[in-house]
Amino acid sequence: MSVTFSINGVKVEAATGDNVLDTARTNGFEIPSLCHHEAVSPYGACRLCLVEINKGGRKKITTSCNYEVLDGIDVKTDSPEIHKHRAMVLELILAEAPKSEQVQALAAQYGVKQSRFANAKNDEAQKDRDNCILCGLCTRVCSEIVEVNALTFNGRGDKRGVGSPYLEQPQTCIACGACAWVCPTDCIGFSEEDGVRKVHRWGRELPMAKDENGRPVAPVFQLHHFKKRVGLPDDFFKKAPGSR
Amino acid sequence: MPRIASAKALESYRKEQKKLRPENQRFLAICAGTGCKAYGSDKVVAAFAEELKKAGLSDEVKIRATGCHGFCERGTLVVFQPEGILYQRVQPDAVPDIVERTIKNGEIIEDHLYDDPSTGEKYKYEKDIPFYKHQNRLILGMNGHIDPCSIDDYIALDGYSALVKAFDIGPDKVLEEVKASTLRGRGGGGFPAGRKWETCRNVASDKRYVICNADEGDPGAFMDRSILEGNPHSVIEGMIIGALTIGSDEGYVYVRHEYPLAVERLGIALQQAREKGFLGENILGTGLNFDIKINRGGGAFVCGESTALMASIEGKVGEPRAKHIHTVVSGLNDKPSNLNNVETWANVPLIVKKGAKWYTSIGTKGSPGTKIFSLVGKVNNTGLVEAPMGMTLRQVIYDVGGGIPGGKEFKAVQTGGPSGGCLPKEKLDLPVDFDTLWEEGSMMGSGGMIVMDERNCMVDVAKYFLGFLKFESCGKCTTCREGVKRLHELVTDVTEGKGTMETLELIQQLCDTVEVGSLCALGQTAVNPVRSTLKLFREEYEAHVKDHKCPAAVCKELITYTIDEEVCTGCLVCGKRCPQDAILGTKKKPHTIVQEKCIKCGICEDVCKYDSVRVA
Ligand SMILES: Cc1cc2nc3c(=O)[nH]c(=O)nc-3n(C[C@H](O)[C@H](O)[C@H](O)COP(=O)(O)O)c2cc1C
Ligand code: SF4
Ligand code: SF4
Ligand code: FES
Ligand code: FES
Repeated sequence: MSVTFSINGVKVEAATGDNVLDTARTNGFEIPSLCHHEAVSPYGACRLCLVEINKGGRKKITTSCNYEVLDGIDVKTDSPEIHKHRAMVLELILAEAPKSEQVQALAAQYGVKQSRFANAKNDEAQKDRDNCILCGLCTRVCSEIVEVNALTFNGRGDKRGVGSPYLEQPQTCIACGACAWVCPTDCIGFSEEDGVRKVHRWGRELPMAKDENGRPVAPVFQLHHFKKRVGLPDDFFKKAPGSR
Repeated sequence: MPRIASAKALESYRKEQKKLRPENQRFLAICAGTGCKAYGSDKVVAAFAEELKKAGLSDEVKIRATGCHGFCERGTLVVFQPEGILYQRVQPDAVPDIVERTIKNGEIIEDHLYDDPSTGEKYKYEKDIPFYKHQNRLILGMNGHIDPCSIDDYIALDGYSALVKAFDIGPDKVLEEVKASTLRGRGGGGFPAGRKWETCRNVASDKRYVICNADEGDPGAFMDRSILEGNPHSVIEGMIIGALTIGSDEGYVYVRHEYPLAVERLGIALQQAREKGFLGENILGTGLNFDIKINRGGGAFVCGESTALMASIEGKVGEPRAKHIHTVVSGLNDKPSNLNNVETWANVPLIVKKGAKWYTSIGTKGSPGTKIFSLVGKVNNTGLVEAPMGMTLRQVIYDVGGGIPGGKEFKAVQTGGPSGGCLPKEKLDLPVDFDTLWEEGSMMGSGGMIVMDERNCMVDVAKYFLGFLKFESCGKCTTCREGVKRLHELVTDVTEGKGTMETLELIQQLCDTVEVGSLCALGQTAVNPVRSTLKLFREEYEAHVKDHKCPAAVCKELITYTIDEEVCTGCLVCGKRCPQDAILGTKKKPHTIVQEKCIKCGICEDVCKYDSVRVA
């Protein structure tokens, strides 16, 4: 079923169940975000995607990533007020991830060059967090796309963190690197060296299987996992890429 | 005893139970609530049982171990019924004397009577004590009359008659009545219960849930605990009526992890209700099937939030989700779910029994009925207070609460729990109801009321609540996790004299974004304590910032302790008690404090009998 509503005065269409953020982007409207990816379910953590939604005469500033499209709503993707709140949110996030280039760039777009919360005390407190903004993209990609559930949040409030369930090497992690790829602040770290795949933040190290020419392909676990999920022949990854 | 199979059978059973409890039956209502238990009320109960047996009076004078009477400060409470004489602070070793003199000989032992700390007057009857006299205990009143582990006690006092009436008039009429009563949710939001029920009922679905929120996480709050511990059947009866009206066959009570006694008594009550035929299949022969399960909370404050609570019942992490779709439409297991607070449910039988017209005659137009408050802080009578809505703050604090102890001056009252606000002296004559408190930048919340005097620093108060919320935030969303943490840091800076006028400005700005930007109501309302104090006690913030002074002499970094040489008698007491050995002085010579060593613990001020320690 399709839904019709307006974004910044322009009429748009979307399917029931779609969210406002993806619909806006498809239609060429810009809304910033740090915890959203269209391949995984919306989460609503970063609070950057705030927009103004007018529903039946009631105006409300709320997040667009987890707002399901509705007939007749009016969405405004920017206003001085929204801008002000996004700038403040970015100031908060910049203090969490001072080294992240993406965060710096986004903050600059909103006129934030320096976070008023970034100071020596903060650097000390954020040391263990090491640029992680707790967006939950890695956990969602790991459970929804890779389907191995190797990552989870731990703690609560200002003690919240992310990692493997007992903060040991995540046993189900196949070292596929999807988390590192999706992480908006590049704080996970991923490398392949001497036939060993490493996912740094989680401390996972796996030797890689080699193909018939002796070239490392991917960690053994990952290949098993893929073969099982896609139903590939047992020797699929043994063959060199050209002969598969 | 088999299940009671019809309304008629219930009435004859009730008659039997009433007969077993004649009105002139002498009994001791001994409080066995959590507060009095901590004072040793179990031993008091045991001692009375033994002494009465020895005296051969076990049949003549019965014992009822009841739930909380609200005046926990004075526990263990013993009420002699049917006269209504109250003995307070009863210790087990006083029991033989009480049995001999009071129960056998009818003598009143003055020492056990309540004495008003402000007037010194003694009171014999519970009902005359100012703390009780100004209350209207519609919900809590029954606590003093029933043994919470006895469904028969409840039935004898017309328990489950509202349920019979509900079956009689049918769900449509019940809904009409609850809507007309304009009962508002007691868990904090004040949303009209009837409207919530109606929405839930009208969602097309093969399954609906009714849920009771007993997570009660506000620091110092214990109204819900006292209802569950003292009168669990009133909540169960309310929920069955809700199930009938909404069309549900499955209910949950989500009880806070730290409430073992409530869980135990609720468990017993549910079992009894099942055995008697009020729960399970074909309730009272009407064809209604409904049962209630207990779910023990995960221990986090945020689990009291509706979406987090339901996630937690589902066995998931208790974190809130966006509420663009309400839980009445899609809640527990994605089914329409009606969540109400313990106190809200306990109001339901009353409304059904006595009607909306009666109910709306109590309280105010916008907020009918009563509200239970937990009155604590700098007030003479602390405890659970049930007052009609619309009573003024002054009446609650002075008439019921007996005013401020130690001749100190009232400064503010914090209402609404950790996300509430502070109201100053000028607001004392405001009526306490949902809308008025909200308009004043505070809220009703679940009914917390903390009274503060001149020695409470409002910046420090804001810091305390922010610290609580920083710890209790689930940490999912940036504005709450980072925002509240930063607010706590900024306010801490102010209390340490490190704040500037820019700090105050930044606090303001950050409050705006945390309120608008947070995912759930925890973050959205977390700014209230700091925002309300910054608005109403701005000069106190500025004193910290501009003069580096804490006017209430609380913030350690900004105060110094000194000894007034004119007054000090050189008694040596403070010097002995100072943990830092920071006080110098010899006998009968004025003492002095070595500032470099002083950690500002305030012990010297507390122990000085001559009031010679100055703090500024
Ligand atoms: C952080 C947070 C904690 C809450 N804790 C409780 C609680 O302990 N008990 C409660 O009844 N409601 C609590 N609420 C309110 C509930 O979300 C919900 O509104 C309420 O249980 C609905 O019942 P009512 O309409 O009868 O008040 C809390 C809300 C938030 C945001
Ligand atoms: S590690 Fe990266 S992807 Fe994972 S929560 Fe932190 S910022 Fe997000
Ligand atoms: S507002 Fe706070 S408690 Fe609510 S979802 Fe966000 S972080 Fe969690
Ligand atoms: S993208 Fe919506 S909250 Fe992060
Ligand atoms: S526990 Fe006894 S009066 Fe509250």
